[in-house]
Amino acid sequence: MAMAALRREGRRLAPLISPRTITAVRSSPLYPTLEDEGPLGVRHISTQVVRNRMKSVKNIQKITKAMKMVAASKLRAIQTKTENSRGLWQPFTALLGDLPSADVKKNVVVTISSDKGLCGGINSTSVKISKGLHKLNSATGPEKETKYVILGEKAKAQLVRDSKKDIELIITELQKNPLNYTQVSVLADEILKNVEYDALRIVFNKFQSVVSFVPTVSTVLSTEIVEREAESGGKLGDLDSYEVEGGETKGEILQNLAEFQFSCTMFNAVLENACSEQGARMSAMDSSSRNAGDMLDRLTLTYNRTRQASITTELIEIISGASALEG
Amino acid sequence: MLGRASMLLPCRSILPARARPFSTDLPAAPSADATFTEAWTKVIPNMDPPKTPLSFMQPRPPTPSSIPSKLTVNFVLPYASELATKEVDMVIVPATTGQMGVLPGHVATIAELKPGVLSVHEGSEMTKYFVSSGFVFIHANSFADIIAVEAVPLDRLDVNLVQKGLAEFTSKLSSATTDLEKAEAQIGIDVHSALNSALTG
Repeated sequence: MAMAALRREGRRLAPLISPRTITAVRSSPLYPTLEDEGPLGVRHISTQVVRNRMKSVKNIQKITKAMKMVAASKLRAIQTKTENSRGLWQPFTALLGDLPSADVKKNVVVTISSDKGLCGGINSTSVKISKGLHKLNSATGPEKETKYVILGEKAKAQLVRDSKKDIELIITELQKNPLNYTQVSVLADEILKNVEYDALRIVFNKFQSVVSFVPTVSTVLSTEIVEREAESGGKLGDLDSYEVEGGETKGEILQNLAEFQFSCTMFNAVLENACSEQGARMSAMDSSSRNAGDMLDRLTLTYNRTRQASITTELIEIISGASALEG
Repeated sequence: MLGRASMLLPCRSILPARARPFSTDLPAAPSADATFTEAWTKVIPNMDPPKTPLSFMQPRPPTPSSIPSKLTVNFVLPYASELATKEVDMVIVPATTGQMGVLPGHVATIAELKPGVLSVHEGSEMTKYFVSSGFVFIHANSFADIIAVEAVPLDRLDVNLVQKGLAEFTSKLSSATTDLEKAEAQIGIDVHSALNSALTG
């Protein structure tokens, strides 16, 4: 027993004390093992490889657990802001309704995504929906054009590959400073200045709960389209019944209204997407830690099996050697 | 199977009040959504269509035949909902055309706001806020939506800072060269003089 323990210790110190280097490296498909020679010339199967793997998996588990905690704390901070901003877009939808199927010539799809990765599938869903909207709009007629405005690195990486000519603006590093309305309204101003649009469709992931994120598209129509829809009746038919106070013309006020609506919807969309990102990262890191834990369990079993097998081999060799001497 | 379904419902009611209402509570999806969903499923059959804001909103009540006694006010800011469906008697909003009083049964209006004082009258109590700018929508069903970029109760304003700001922007206007600087200085003066009159008046 003591000899086996010593030999186990000796094996760990083998690289330091043994003059003989590791000779044969016999790799098997499942468990690559190294045969080394211990101090008394006895061959044992080395558990070094398994032990290295166990150490690295344990480290990964610690890292992903820490990332989950960080995402949880960031989520808590931004969730209150998001819930408070939810009242912001409702008056606009109550007044102007929501017409995602309005027939427009110039569509602009604003895709909101994250800058950092490891957040599950939310960025891919946003990009898929954006591409779907592009397809939907081009299916209705030949003169319809759809342009992209991209917020965030991840959507940029995916959309640049096949829709490079349709991209108007790319904005990254949105979350360097905590999100606030001033920043988003400056952003909205930039987009409105540089892009011609009849309808702006904002694609983002709405935060329902920590495990559920719903891809959503909010439509903001330009003043001309709003007037056209109001005249043709239907959903916006009673818009004309609203008196418009102040300003030189009704159009001026409606223009301001459209811009204000865009910045408010953008603000809410950006916050919701940030919340969804943190929530998705939490669940991704959680499943990753759980997987690492499972892997660690399996590796521990393998390690024990290998260790016990080598001890058994040693004992057999000693006993058979002893019985051979006795004759 | 029905038993299991009814067992699921109580679980969902533990969700906080701000969560989405049950799909049975919402009215049937309005026609605009239906056209969108149909068009989507035709072109992209493999993916679920994205949701639209209408599915996340409580529908507004229709215009009643008689004038209701109270005005329902939603006063929202980007970072908070100050008043959410609060029933009040009257609100006075600082529209660009001047102070506008809104009572139940007011004609449907869209008005832009200028920096000024907003007061909410409920019974005998009156709350005053200084709003920077925004919009007010008055609907025919006596619902008023006030959306402001920034609003503070009047007691949070500091008289000295207001005076200092006013002096600063007046000097900026006199030393302004480009149109942009002049416009910015003018905006500063407007806001600060409105603040001044709000504090004194």
